[in-house]
Amino acid sequence: MSTTTLTHDEAHDHGAPKGWRRWLFSTNHKDIGTLYLLFALIMLFVGGASAMLIRMELFQPGIQLLDPDLYNNLVTNHALIMIFGAVMPAAAGLANWMIPMMIGAPDMALPRMNNLSFWILPAAATMLLLSFVVPFFPGGGTQINTGWTIYPPLSVQVGMSMDFLIFAIHLLGISSVLASINIIVTLLNMRAPGMKMLKMPMFCWTWLVTAFLLILVVPVLAGGVTMLLFDRHFGTSFFDAAGGGDPVLFQHLFWFFGHPEVYILLLPSIGVLSHVIPAFSRKPLFGYNSMVGAMIAVATIGMVVWAHHQYTIGMSLGAVTYFMIGTILISIPVGLMIFNFIATMWRGAMTFETPMLFAVGIVLMFTFGGLSGVMLAVVPADMQYHDSMFVVAHFHYVLMPGAVFGLFAGVFYWLPKWTGHMYDEKLGKLFFWTNVIGFNITFFPQHFLGLAGMPRRIVDYNVMFTEFNVISSVGAMVFGLSHLLLLYIVIKTIRGGKKAESRAWEGAKGLEWELDSPPAFHTWTVAPQIK
Amino acid sequence: MSKTVTENRSKNRRTTLLLSGVVVLMFGFGFAMVPLYNLFCQITGTQSLSQRSEIGRVVALSDGIDKSRWVTVKFDTTVHPNLPWAFNALTHKMRVHPGETYEVNFTAQNRSNETVTGQAIPSVAPWQATPYFSKMDCFCFNKQTLSGTEKADMPLRFMVSTDLPKDIHSLTLSYSFMRLKEAETIDEKQGISKRIAVNGVE
Repeated sequence: MSTTTLTHDEAHDHGAPKGWRRWLFSTNHKDIGTLYLLFALIMLFVGGASAMLIRMELFQPGIQLLDPDLYNNLVTNHALIMIFGAVMPAAAGLANWMIPMMIGAPDMALPRMNNLSFWILPAAATMLLLSFVVPFFPGGGTQINTGWTIYPPLSVQVGMSMDFLIFAIHLLGISSVLASINIIVTLLNMRAPGMKMLKMPMFCWTWLVTAFLLILVVPVLAGGVTMLLFDRHFGTSFFDAAGGGDPVLFQHLFWFFGHPEVYILLLPSIGVLSHVIPAFSRKPLFGYNSMVGAMIAVATIGMVVWAHHQYTIGMSLGAVTYFMIGTILISIPVGLMIFNFIATMWRGAMTFETPMLFAVGIVLMFTFGGLSGVMLAVVPADMQYHDSMFVVAHFHYVLMPGAVFGLFAGVFYWLPKWTGHMYDEKLGKLFFWTNVIGFNITFFPQHFLGLAGMPRRIVDYNVMFTEFNVISSVGAMVFGLSHLLLLYIVIKTIRGGKKAESRAWEGAKGLEWELDSPPAFHTWTVAPQIK
Repeated sequence: MSKTVTENRSKNRRTTLLLSGVVVLMFGFGFAMVPLYNLFCQITGTQSLSQRSEIGRVVALSDGIDKSRWVTVKFDTTVHPNLPWAFNALTHKMRVHPGETYEVNFTAQNRSNETVTGQAIPSVAPWQATPYFSKMDCFCFNKQTLSGTEKADMPLRFMVSTDLPKDIHSLTLSYSFMRLKEAETIDEKQGISKRIAVNGVE
């Protein structure tokens, strides 16, 4: 087989195509990965800008900068852009770049579908931004003041911008479902000979589980927003009580998607962590099999506990008890993962390069967010915390370290592989510290605000909350601006720097480090043999 | 090689089709939730609002009037945006003795020129008080029809049970007036009561 492969290879050995065609018609997993990552970087700044406006408004009580509806529209945009525009595409970008290189495959299984799933994204992002722009024009209707959860009946009353948003969600959903199918097919069928399922790198495992979650829950969200569209325009009453529907049903459909979505955001980062921590501790990952099991357990239980987002809708005691116990159960496999990471570091020869700093930061701060999550899972306590700033603090502590820092760690870890240059370690560390300190100053005070009773999603607040809001807003400026440093580091590394070896980190293990840095346009055309 | 490629292709195609099937199924599952959710709630009583209002009719009997105790009852009204009515409570707040029967009036006016039918949906807050608030006679028991610009008084006779938990000193009765769209085309009484029963409201 190998000889024929070589002939085949020689016949097609070409470099990257030139010009815009290289990107628009690309079927190359590395180029599509780059596109995904660039898209995510742009969206990170768009979503970040809306967060900056929110924090500027909350700097002082009263209404200074933004109308209430505009404020709530920015809250909606911030959430949707960060989740669907920044975190998910960035994770998909890592998957595209790394999965074929890690499992010894020449490319993704379905390269043309790969192209489609990326190029839907810019269209979807345009729709999403249009939903924000349209209300500024005469006849454009009202702003989307619902928050990203778009609950009816309010979302039925919003103007035509909601229709733009619904179609944007459809497109984003199609894109991520296509990407997920591609990843699952690649992981199931394209592994190098000898690589059994339980020998797959952890990043591949986390993405396998993530992709399954995506194809299970995204269609349900698509169904939910389709019903919303029908209620708005075609006289149906899925969610309209006056016509025999039930608005609470939408909440169930939304959170049936929304809760697993949390794990969709988290798991790829856990996968990155499972490579970064062993590499910089110079020890193999502790408890590989238990990690795989814990992850599947998290995903499975995570599918059936969605209603803990809706404790206050008036469910029966039996139902809330079930959702409470289920939710708290999740902390067992998640705890196992955290302990595995700590055990991997235990007595390792640790060094703290930027990826490792982020990894340690995740272990500390994600755990903290997990603990406030257990507080929120407890029904009687949640009745107090529900829809308060405490919830905002909680999910930012889970999602920033859990998802975004993991992606940062991955970017810094693999940047030498992608670009062939080492990034500037001093700047990387500076970025880490400004980012993490800014993050904590921003979100830690919000716990106190929430416990003192400040509601979320409201443009104004009682003067008694002023001090902590000022601290939070100042932190947010530091936090937000620190990302310009990330942009600078990335551009600088792409343009030049110290030449990276093929094994850029001395402790790094895995097939991707056998390839050159940067890798050739086509890699693993001859599948490696795994012993 | 070519053999492996073809083999791989057909294998990939099979997996892709299978996964696409899952996607289609899950999309359908979202829609299947619409009837299943109501069914599930009816069987298990998960959506406890319906249970509570049923209890309400049974429990809220009390013996005698408890003159020693005062409870504040507040009245709140909401009109669904597609119902062109004004609907207000004439009394916004009153103090009552548990066990005694009171009567209050609401007023509704049709602000359009057409005949419109609506129905009021009551709810009580805090929800723990729901079983102890009994409505002897309420405009919300029936659909209400107002011809163009007609104005009508809507009376409510109610009693708060003496069994009301001691820690509840104040409760709010809230009405949402909804438009009944197909009131003229479907068998009204049955259709409406069935629909509303499904929604778990009295």
